[in-house]
Amino acid sequence: MDAFTTLKAVAVPIDQANVDTDQIIPARFLGRTRDRQVEGFFHDFRLDPNGRPREGVTLNNPAYKGARIMVGNTNFACGSSRENAVTTMVDNGFRAFIAPSFGDIFFNNCFQNGCLAIRLPADRVARMRVILHELPGAEISIDLAKQTVVGPDGKTDSFEVDSFRKEMLLKGADEVKITLGYDADIKRFEDRQRQEMPWL
Amino acid sequence: MTAPRTMFEKIWQRHVVVDRPDGYTLLYVDRHLMHDGSSPAYSRLKARGMGLRRADRAAATPDHYVKTDSRTKDVPDPDHRRLLNDITTNCNEAGVQLFDLGDVRQGIIHVVGPEQGLSQPGITLVCGDSHTSTHGALGALAFGIGSSEVTHVMATQCLWQRKPKSMRITIDGTLSPHITGKDVILAIIGKIGAAGAVGHVMEYAGSAIRGLSMEGRLTLCNMSIEAGGRAGMVAPDETTFNYLKGKPFAPKGENWDKAMAFWKTVPTEDGATFDREVTLNAAEIAPMVTWGTSPEDVLSINGRVPDPASAPDPGKQENMKRALEYMDLKPGTPMDGVAVDRVFIGSCTNSRIEDLRAAAAVAKGRKAQIPAWVVAGSGLIKEQAEAEGLDKIFREAGFDWREPGCSMCIGVNGDVGVRGQRIASTSNRNFVGRQGVGVRTHLVSPAMAAAAAVTGHFTDVRKLVG
Ligand code: SF4
Repeated sequence: MDAFTTLKAVAVPIDQANVDTDQIIPARFLGRTRDRQVEGFFHDFRLDPNGRPREGVTLNNPAYKGARIMVGNTNFACGSSRENAVTTMVDNGFRAFIAPSFGDIFFNNCFQNGCLAIRLPADRVARMRVILHELPGAEISIDLAKQTVVGPDGKTDSFEVDSFRKEMLLKGADEVKITLGYDADIKRFEDRQRQEMPWL
Repeated sequence: MTAPRTMFEKIWQRHVVVDRPDGYTLLYVDRHLMHDGSSPAYSRLKARGMGLRRADRAAATPDHYVKTDSRTKDVPDPDHRRLLNDITTNCNEAGVQLFDLGDVRQGIIHVVGPEQGLSQPGITLVCGDSHTSTHGALGALAFGIGSSEVTHVMATQCLWQRKPKSMRITIDGTLSPHITGKDVILAIIGKIGAAGAVGHVMEYAGSAIRGLSMEGRLTLCNMSIEAGGRAGMVAPDETTFNYLKGKPFAPKGENWDKAMAFWKTVPTEDGATFDREVTLNAAEIAPMVTWGTSPEDVLSINGRVPDPASAPDPGKQENMKRALEYMDLKPGTPMDGVAVDRVFIGSCTNSRIEDLRAAAAVAKGRKAQIPAWVVAGSGLIKEQAEAEGLDKIFREAGFDWREPGCSMCIGVNGDVGVRGQRIASTSNRNFVGRQGVGVRTHLVSPAMAAAAAVTGHFTDVRKLVG
């Protein structure tokens, strides 16, 4: 997994609440190899049925070109467990997401792909989105080690992150490898369970 | 004396392999279910030169990409064809129990797990699919995971987790006739919202829940994810035990007695506390139908399409306007009477025998006014329905009787709606484009879907069947 340490980049606002992973990548793109999923990124959200960019969609606005941070709304990336929702973000340049709340599975999937999902209070996130609309192309800067976000208005917020996840992200650690280090514990658990729940 | 514990707390504690001081837990996974989308996770495992740690604890069936008009693996899309072949190759290579296409036990993974007795009280169960919450209906801690976590489970049989919070939804009283688990869960989501249970494991309790059949409980827990929940659970009781008895992978003989003794200790103890409590009154729940593009956009069939002007803030107003535009609905329109173009009865939410019986009871002696599909959740359910003559009822009413799979729930297998179509669907997601680009999905119960089929519009099923 790629490490995540700091990120200073253009941020794009997405105002809708409950943006589901079917919007981030429609199901019809899922069965493909990863390189051919790239174009699925917010496909029907960005483009009309004739393949023309929809008006008023920030993701179509060239002023946000090169954005690597997305600022969303409540329950961002809810719905399906498709990890493709994270990988298609990564393959389109995004590495960090800021929202008042996230779909739980998407939140977990971020950590598996060197991405950071940051929860901040709803009014602060709403303020950030307003500024990003007013100043398209404005940057946000994130420091994982310090757990801070400097908004487009220069205001600094600190955010919470589990220290376990933080360490893994900072190092770009391989989770499977770490778990295999606990092999003796897993074996002990399995031996006990064989006794206690022989029917499994 | 130890404090009284919730069912979730007990199952969690029983599966802790390692508790780290930083609040992270290595949790053991008792059962791992796979489907035809699990192939990339297996490829990554192989790329590491590893095999499954516990192939004996895994089971798989193809569902998302299968056709429902024939049983061929020779589907038109080469990527999907590869996935359908991969699941066979991978399971054979890894020694994983597979219910493959052509096997009568094949079906939607969340239907097959309980039906085979693989889902049991007191266990932890995961699957690379968000509707894994379904299996909590048996009193298991069951949740969906992403593809990287699937690889992790294959390799280690464990997952790193931070303990979620707990939430109890209590529904006391008696449900009115024709009110199903689907109406109950839609009413819950309407009340707490699509993010209402984010970060929480939900336990459904109260006399109305205890009165639900296993099918009803599976429907209820299935859509916990639509409320944002990490998992949903119902305490195991006689309904659970009777359901499990004799299932192929349920414990037998002496093991059954041992398992029963344990299962009876699984439910939440009196006096245990939850981080959040929500209550609903069973008697107030009517047949529900969604009007928008999030499962929280839901109202009773006797309600009217809401007015964005009534939304509490400009953001919500904007969301509502966008949803109504997509759904082509005008504020103030009574839901009863809205014309429907097509009906889908199926999905891991509502494709079990009781669902098919409820739909057949409405279809019987009537004629479908619009195209209507019935897709059983597994080959065994299809067989049972045919033995009961339900297929005949459906066919005579002009419904299409198809082979098991996810079908039109997700629209990746050829079963899709046409742009602009309004579909009454028993599935779980009314997201934009879920059933095909530009398709409008309304979530309803099987009986309500059948009522829409035979009238051509949404209607209160209670007006059709007494
Ligand atoms: S029926 Fe629908 S929700 Fe259920 S597993 Fe299949 S695609 Fe997912």
